Amino acid sequence: MNERDMRGLIADVKLGKLSRRAFVRRMVAVGLTAPLAAQMLMHSGVAMAQSASTYKPTKAGGGGALKVLWWQGPTLLNPHFAVGTKDQDGSRVFYEPLAGWDSDGNLKPVLAAEVPSFENGGVSKDGLSVTWKLKKGVSWHDGKPFTADDCVFNWQYASDPATAAVTIATYKDVEVVKVDDHTIKVLFSKPTPFWADAFVGTRGMMIPKHIFENYKGATSRDAPANLAPVGTGPYLFTEFKPGDLVAGKLNPNYHEANRPYFDTFEMKGGGDAVSAARAVLQTGEYDFAWNMQVEDAILKRLEDGGKGKAVITAGGNIEFIGVNSTDPWTEVDGERSSLKTTHPSLGDPAVRGALNLLVDRQSVQDHIYGRTGVATANFLNNPERFRSTKTKFEFNIDKAIKMLDDAGWKPGADGIREKNGVKLKYVYQTSVNAPRQKTQAIVKQACQKAGIDIEIKAVTASVFFSSDVANPDTYTKFYTDIQMYTTTMSQPDPALFMNQYVSWEVSTKDNKWQGRNITRWRSEEYDKLYRQAEGELDPVKRAAMFVRMNELVIEGVAVIPVVYRPTVAAVSSKLNAPLSGWDNNTWSLQDWYRDA
Amino acid sequence: MFLQGKTTVSQYLLRRLLIVIPSLIGISLVLFVLLALAPGDPFGELAQNPAVPPEVRAALREKFGLDDPIMVRYFRWLLAMLQGDWGFSFVSRMDVDTLIMQRLPVTLIVIGASQVLALVVALPVGVYAAMRPYSLFDQVATTTAFIGFSLPTFFTGLLFILVFSIHLDWLPFVYQTNVSGTGLEYIWEHIRQAIMPVVVLGLFQGGVLTRFVRSAVLDVVRLDYVTTARAKGLREGVVILKHIVRNALIPVVTLIALQMPIVFGGAVVTEQIFRIPGIGSLLIASILANDTPVIMAVTFVTACLVILFNLIADLLYGWLDPRISYR
Repeated sequence: MNERDMRGLIADVKLGKLSRRAFVRRMVAVGLTAPLAAQMLMHSGVAMAQSASTYKPTKAGGGGALKVLWWQGPTLLNPHFAVGTKDQDGSRVFYEPLAGWDSDGNLKPVLAAEVPSFENGGVSKDGLSVTWKLKKGVSWHDGKPFTADDCVFNWQYASDPATAAVTIATYKDVEVVKVDDHTIKVLFSKPTPFWADAFVGTRGMMIPKHIFENYKGATSRDAPANLAPVGTGPYLFTEFKPGDLVAGKLNPNYHEANRPYFDTFEMKGGGDAVSAARAVLQTGEYDFAWNMQVEDAILKRLEDGGKGKAVITAGGNIEFIGVNSTDPWTEVDGERSSLKTTHPSLGDPAVRGALNLLVDRQSVQDHIYGRTGVATANFLNNPERFRSTKTKFEFNIDKAIKMLDDAGWKPGADGIREKNGVKLKYVYQTSVNAPRQKTQAIVKQACQKAGIDIEIKAVTASVFFSSDVANPDTYTKFYTDIQMYTTTMSQPDPALFMNQYVSWEVSTKDNKWQGRNITRWRSEEYDKLYRQAEGELDPVKRAAMFVRMNELVIEGVAVIPVVYRPTVAAVSSKLNAPLSGWDNNTWSLQDWYRDA
Repeated sequence: MFLQGKTTVSQYLLRRLLIVIPSLIGISLVLFVLLALAPGDPFGELAQNPAVPPEVRAALREKFGLDDPIMVRYFRWLLAMLQGDWGFSFVSRMDVDTLIMQRLPVTLIVIGASQVLALVVALPVGVYAAMRPYSLFDQVATTTAFIGFSLPTFFTGLLFILVFSIHLDWLPFVYQTNVSGTGLEYIWEHIRQAIMPVVVLGLFQGGVLTRFVRSAVLDVVRLDYVTTARAKGLREGVVILKHIVRNALIPVVTLIALQMPIVFGGAVVTEQIFRIPGIGSLLIASILANDTPVIMAVTFVTACLVILFNLIADLLYGWLDPRISYR
């Protein structure tokens, strides 16, 4: 898919020949995010759809208690310190951003009066600023009005390095100016194609100035409100026990009419995923459970009870195998997998191509993940005219054997292929996790048939994913030939996701293995495209660049995608809970209600 | 001793407490060093998030003093601890003592109730079985006890959930601290949700105790003074309670005290299964999150409790058997 194809599709949407949703789905299939796709439509004059509300209750309250299970409960409730999704989900009950992302990637205004666009003058043509109009009449839980000053304060709070906010990257390069009490302007230092980051979605939740004013910077951790939030959200804070309980009650002054439906809210933490699924699907003790990392077979059995269902939301998580471009077995200047080396056999495109053919994704999906891991041939596996002939995926041992034969890798006495004394023997590492070990076994078996010897290695997750500089088994060091893990694309904009393959992000000893390019794969064309995309203001052109970057990574077999991992939630069959893969689980908590 | 006379209980207690101090310091040192050497980083999750620049992590590490050498950190922790400052949780950004005080009561209630249950079951059953060895009652009791302590708590816990929550739908299997309702209803809800975890822990402990009580009583029952007591014409009840059980209890008290660490271990697992917000589940969560100050505090509290129970056991000896003197 190139720019022209995309323009054609957008024209189809304009003419009504293709639905918005179908367009977004196709863009996601080529590796873009739904928010970016929606932005492309908007830029081309197709207005963002206001997803029709399905909310039925005609008055606030009367819904009784809403009980949800987060098997890892929130441990803190300040969105600027929220490390994991659990903390963000918990904070979102009380705090809100200006706008959130729905499942189709549309921006939905929350504390904003409207979503900025070219038409309403909110988004400047030069890409240097965006103007937000705030909703009027919104008050914090303590009754104080919500104004532009609060927005400006959040920017100052988060961008102060002494605060050590995890949201700093979103706020540090922008400037926020108050235009009037209910208008703010976000100024960018350079043309910024993706403007909807500050004040939006997971990183956009806002805290009140009057409560946190004295706790900016070094004293940030002492704020009592870190543990007792005062926000604008649908529920008022009542109780918080880290890791165990977040409780709230109906906010009678909530800024959206007839909302929320439930009288009380309770988020219980602790335990494990399977029993959380049970409590929703089998006994009905709870209405909703988050992040069901449970085997699909078990989920299906629990669903048979009829009390609830597993709701699968597409996001951007991909389980993939990274292929090392450097030699992990030679030490240069005190580091293995050094950029000064090339992998003796994986440097050969034929070997990489063969490996790609030996990963049986379909079996991995069918026998291991089920609905919770969809075989992703490559990023271009959608049917019809988008299937790129260049990056077709298949599982074919014979073809792999032929490829290796043609490239001169002949079986040795022990059945393992070799050329010039280099044997096709690889160490394949991943974290300790049952589905991952099963996947390793499937790959190993196929490779054996093709004459490639695979040694399986499983590292405890706490070591594998740690940033411990002294430990040789971390995934960022990548001291093996191939390794497998899930990479998440939680950011609405693919730019951050795609910097995993730029040459200046290579993980090395010099940057204490903090670089994002872990496979150490490098391509001049990729680097050039990435640089261009950074300043490209036309979202369609930019999207085409990202698609091409994706293709380069797949064609070069820098990675072998295995399965696409949507998020799974267990939801009571009576509960209506709109979820989105591009925002927090609780992003639209105000719209949740139960059928009578 | 230097005074040739008898040492009093308070002197003994003082001496024991003085011994406790170096052992607690030793325990804390070992814990601290082990945690410092173990892999993992409280802010490791940030490293995986591309949207969080490495500088934030560096700033946080500096703020919480994680970059200093182990010994500096240890002594800083020890000094703070001596002043009653338990530290500050990296993950929850709150004082560790608040966090623990939120959790400790639930654990003590559950463990306490299960210990009481274990004693209530084990003492009569054990004594009765020993008075009639190899009778049908004895056979059944010993076998049940054997099964009871052979099954690990995580297994019985899951089994109970499956039977009583899922099939019969009698009891909830998610433990809640904020139970709705007032008065009797409130108390009943609390009891209802505590039944399964207490029974799981209590039966395990009860199994161990029953067998121990039985053998302790068997040891005593054949001794001459028991025969003498009977020959004096004392009623059977008095013989059992005053002469047999009291003497047989001495080793049982030791066992109960020495079993406390195991009970706490079992509570960690049980709390996780039933989602009881006690210090056990706090420990697991903080280990997973590498929240060192909390791990230190929880393990330290557990160590203190274990030492305390040992001390209580030693004091109880003297009350049960005046022949034992404190020296």
